[in-house]
Amino acid sequence: MKVNVQVNGVPYERDVEPRTLLAYFLREACGLTGTHVGCDTSSCGCCVVVMDGSRAVKSCTLFAVQADGHALLTVEGLAEGGKLHPLQQGFWDQHGLQCGYCTPGMLLASYALLKHNPNPNETEIREALAGNLCRCTGYQNIVKAVQQAARSNANAGTSQ
Amino acid sequence: MIPAAFEYLRAHSTDEAFTHLQQHGGEARVLAGGQSLIPAMRFRLARPAVLVDINGIEELNFLRPRSGVLAIGAIARDSDIERAAWIGERRWSLLHDASRMVADPVVRQMGTVVGSLCHNDPAGDWTAVALAARAEVVVRGKSGQRTVAVDDFLVDSFTTRVGEGELALEVRFPVPDERTAGSYQKVERKVGDFATAAGAVQVSLNVDGTIRGAGVTLSAAGPCAIRVEEAERLLTGQKPSVELLRAAADAASRRSSPQADLRGSVEYKKNLAGVLVARGLAQALQRLGVRL
Amino acid sequence: MSTEVKHEGSLGVAMKRKEDPRFIQGKGRYVDDISLPSMLYMALVRSPYPHAEITSIDISQALKVPGVKAVITGKDLDAAGLGWLPTFHGLDKQMVLALGKVLFQYQEVAAVFAETRGAAADGAEAVEVEYKPLPVVADPFAAKADKVILRPDRERKTNHIYHWEVGDKDGTARALAASPKRIKQRIWFQRCHPAPLEPCGCVAQFDTMGRLQFYVTSQAPHVYRTALAIVTGIPEDKIHVISPDIGGGFGNKVPVYPGYVCAIVGALKLARPVKWIETRTENLTSTGFARDYHMDVEIGATAEGRVTALHVATTADHGAFDAAADPTKYPAGMFGVVTGSYDFPVAHAEVDAYFTNKAPGGIAYRCSFRVTEASFAIERAMDILADELNMTAADLRRKNFIRKEQFPYPSPLGFTYDSGDYQKTLDTALEKIGYNDLLKEQAAKRARGELMGIGISTFTEVVGAGPSKHFDILGIKMFDSAEIRIHPTGAGIVRAGTKSQGQGHETTWAQIVAEELGLDPQNIMVEEGDTDTAPYGLGTYASRSTPVAGAAIAMAARRVREKARKVAAHLLEVAEADVEWKEYKFQVRGVPAKSVTMKEVAFAAYTNMAQNEPGLEASYYYDPPNMTFPNGTYVAVVDIDRETGESKVRKFLAVDDCGTIINPLIVEGQIHGGLTEGFAMAFMQEIQYDSEGNHLNTNFTDYLVPTSQETPHWETAQTVTPSPHHPIGAKGVGESPNVGSPAAFVNAVMDALSPLGVRHIDMPLTREKVWRAIRDAEAKKKQL
Repeated sequence: MKVNVQVNGVPYERDVEPRTLLAYFLREACGLTGTHVGCDTSSCGCCVVVMDGSRAVKSCTLFAVQADGHALLTVEGLAEGGKLHPLQQGFWDQHGLQCGYCTPGMLLASYALLKHNPNPNETEIREALAGNLCRCTGYQNIVKAVQQAARSNANAGTSQ
Repeated sequence: MIPAAFEYLRAHSTDEAFTHLQQHGGEARVLAGGQSLIPAMRFRLARPAVLVDINGIEELNFLRPRSGVLAIGAIARDSDIERAAWIGERRWSLLHDASRMVADPVVRQMGTVVGSLCHNDPAGDWTAVALAARAEVVVRGKSGQRTVAVDDFLVDSFTTRVGEGELALEVRFPVPDERTAGSYQKVERKVGDFATAAGAVQVSLNVDGTIRGAGVTLSAAGPCAIRVEEAERLLTGQKPSVELLRAAADAASRRSSPQADLRGSVEYKKNLAGVLVARGLAQALQRLGVRL
Repeated sequence: MSTEVKHEGSLGVAMKRKEDPRFIQGKGRYVDDISLPSMLYMALVRSPYPHAEITSIDISQALKVPGVKAVITGKDLDAAGLGWLPTFHGLDKQMVLALGKVLFQYQEVAAVFAETRGAAADGAEAVEVEYKPLPVVADPFAAKADKVILRPDRERKTNHIYHWEVGDKDGTARALAASPKRIKQRIWFQRCHPAPLEPCGCVAQFDTMGRLQFYVTSQAPHVYRTALAIVTGIPEDKIHVISPDIGGGFGNKVPVYPGYVCAIVGALKLARPVKWIETRTENLTSTGFARDYHMDVEIGATAEGRVTALHVATTADHGAFDAAADPTKYPAGMFGVVTGSYDFPVAHAEVDAYFTNKAPGGIAYRCSFRVTEASFAIERAMDILADELNMTAADLRRKNFIRKEQFPYPSPLGFTYDSGDYQKTLDTALEKIGYNDLLKEQAAKRARGELMGIGISTFTEVVGAGPSKHFDILGIKMFDSAEIRIHPTGAGIVRAGTKSQGQGHETTWAQIVAEELGLDPQNIMVEEGDTDTAPYGLGTYASRSTPVAGAAIAMAARRVREKARKVAAHLLEVAEADVEWKEYKFQVRGVPAKSVTMKEVAFAAYTNMAQNEPGLEASYYYDPPNMTFPNGTYVAVVDIDRETGESKVRKFLAVDDCGTIINPLIVEGQIHGGLTEGFAMAFMQEIQYDSEGNHLNTNFTDYLVPTSQETPHWETAQTVTPSPHHPIGAKGVGESPNVGSPAAFVNAVMDALSPLGVRHIDMPLTREKVWRAIRDAEAKKKQL
């Protein structure tokens, strides 16, 4: 079945079985391996991408065919023109990652959070990221990373 | 895990969806949020031959408080409720609480209330909430649309009044009045887990401070969400007090009929049912400015 | 002469990680990211039965599934001499694919190779296997009875795998018998699973030169290469193991798994690359689990609280094969560290291990080879003793700590602890957390019937395996290695035998080199994981990287410096003996103004080296003289909700002593992560099997990983007591938080419940367990 989807601003047209999960579509059909698969019960959030600007979705719990006609943002699309997104900078500065496997999902879930709540407190961040598991960091520096990004957005007068 | 193969049909209107469902009957499943269906398909526990995707049906995408009724369309998302402009209003406090506790914050961005009601997991959240709020589900069948009270809608675990070839269109919550508040209390081992036990309460007060009416329900306490009729009877017409809440809580504990599983034994879950109803009532009353 | 910025040193610097740019941009290269032309996918068929004879396997329907290319079973592998795999511990072997029978639920039975993931899954579903169920041995105590012998393939027809002991059996028994005070407690460290977010997997390909290119999630790529050479008969030079980026290991990615062997066989047989990536369910049900130690702990003491003796007798559940990845002479790992931070005059520890119908393994989840079990046992038992003696947990510990003057301390169970100042670490922790105020608060709350607890864990662990005279894996001694090459322009590369799975080696190894050579760590590239280029090492697990490879790197760097000194002497026109390394440059002794930087020397090493050997590189294989002994004091404050049994961790302070700290940011991150894993084990994690051998926690719905919402806030601090035998005084830290924290949490909950007279509850401390303990204790009180 034909799927037309825009990923990080670039149109992709691929022919896939309906049962192809969006996560595998992105990774294999589109060659964007930044989105990861970590579980089989929609628990871990390693597969989170953003659909239509601000909706965080677990791409392992969506069929690629459902995304036909939609716009997706994956981790590969966060940096613009070689400049890191404030969230990426925050994760780097605050040591918000270790093995890096949960990081793309965390970044995108945080991205969606900041779209809806540009200045979240620690509790709000922890609640918003509770659909994303991490085994390495204990979450504390991830919270700091998101807070840094929020501050940076506020300083720049943007809401990225 | 990779699901078994299926045929995918995308509907662009309610009529189109209904036609597909009528045509394929029991071989077809509705794909709305998919947050319960797709995991089941990944384990091949569900193997529909046909999926009818209703996510593109704009006419089913509404969240409308209008005169007397909050109508939630079949593809309105959990997160739409979580972020609704009016969700902070006291009258909606039951929905406010529940919308923050269903699954996890990302799953909520796809999951739907109607879908959750149709799925009818014994430990689901929206079923207990809809029951406590005395909501109704609108179902389209061969002979047209009908409205089914949630008490009647929930038949058994994973079974509802939506028959083969039928489509649930919306759920309607009565708009509570000014002197109503609710609370959703859930014990889960971690975010994203099903409830070990959960209680939904919605309480309305008379002008004189006595309880006009109450909805007291439990999840993870039986094959479906259950109404604790005894607690509702005990509360109605009474002035709130610590003893009254305890009596209602005890009724909930007695009424609770859970299964033992990894989340807890029957005894523990029944205990929790009482604790959560007591806490829910206390919080709802506190929201109404009542000090006990 | 250069006008460079003065080098300030690179140790103790919280520099941002150099590996992060690729991860934050989604450009990491994990095994599942690798896609080779004409690659096939493999799926495994697994047994639904915990113990059964296989009466038939029919692959005909599977072969008819479109896209399926081949199906292999245990018989096929056995015919090729690959039916069994030696386990790392070396005293056992495990089936690759089931041969004649299955011994645990989810055991591998057949492998299907297909063009797509979907076809492989469809093919696996279509393999028809008939089983004849056999009686199940569900726990090690039942196994002990030997009613059903699980491993008739072994020489000794018994479920008893081994008996291991250390210490003075008779002396300990006598001392205990003579002790005025004694406590005895059965303490179970429940079966857990490390569950890294990236599951295990591999891509196997035989290239045009006939070499096996093997991309795999391995924490020990060189050991894999040697093991595969031995198992498959492929010459070791024809095997290229590449561990790419790994999404978490925690010990789960140390063993060689049956799936890996099947993928290699498939790649050979079909002459196409084969990818196998396990599912989360497969990961939780068949790969290396951790713990499952039933420990009977007995401590003797004087009436004043001075410990006299320790005896620990453990029953270990290893599952169907002894695949616990211990060093050869240590079937129970480093369990002998069970005397912990205390000066026991005499002690005796013994472990009896048994086969059961469960997944094989035992060594994993940041356990430092059973140190998690040992530490938990002693820290719980000391609390129980304190209760018995009516002493506070802190006072009993103080009275029995190994004193600073006693280091290096020979423990009664054979370890020589390198250094520590336990008193100082404890005092630091208690002061920082405001212990006295907490005690006051607790007293007030207790008077109101509220349950608040303060838990202390003062652990010492042992890492850095290890000295060649004691340690080997499959016979290979546990040294580690480094190769350093400095380029003409003063940048360089260091290759090590370790393999980071998130520990930050690309940064910390660069910092060590930069510190030793006065170079910029940003320009020291770090490479690990490719067996064609990296020097032979034993890999990263059990917190051994910094103690062993970190030492190798420092020593290799010093060899580089020695070579550089010769060139420096030439540049400075003095004799070698007149050149000294000071303030990160080569100076003429007595004339500091006459100096050259390493950068200048590097250039000269290629352009103006005179009689000296051109180039600037050196390697070092480091055989550690001893283990290292990181230690710490952790304090947890917990409030318990009586009605639900929920334990809320209100406060947690970790004071760690890991010796010299290379990068404080990375150390803190390791501690946060380990504490979160300890929290998970203490409150919610367990791999359970029912009495019929059914696995009950097969996915993340039932094997619980805490989210950001449950996870407490962690406060951390350090004391620094360098290791006297390590070139930079570092001890390693990755596993300390897993080792030390479970006891802090459990001691806190038990402290909260102590007014009710509850003595011990096994982990995980679920709400129900705590609720029940409270209820039963209160019912008992009512009766009295």
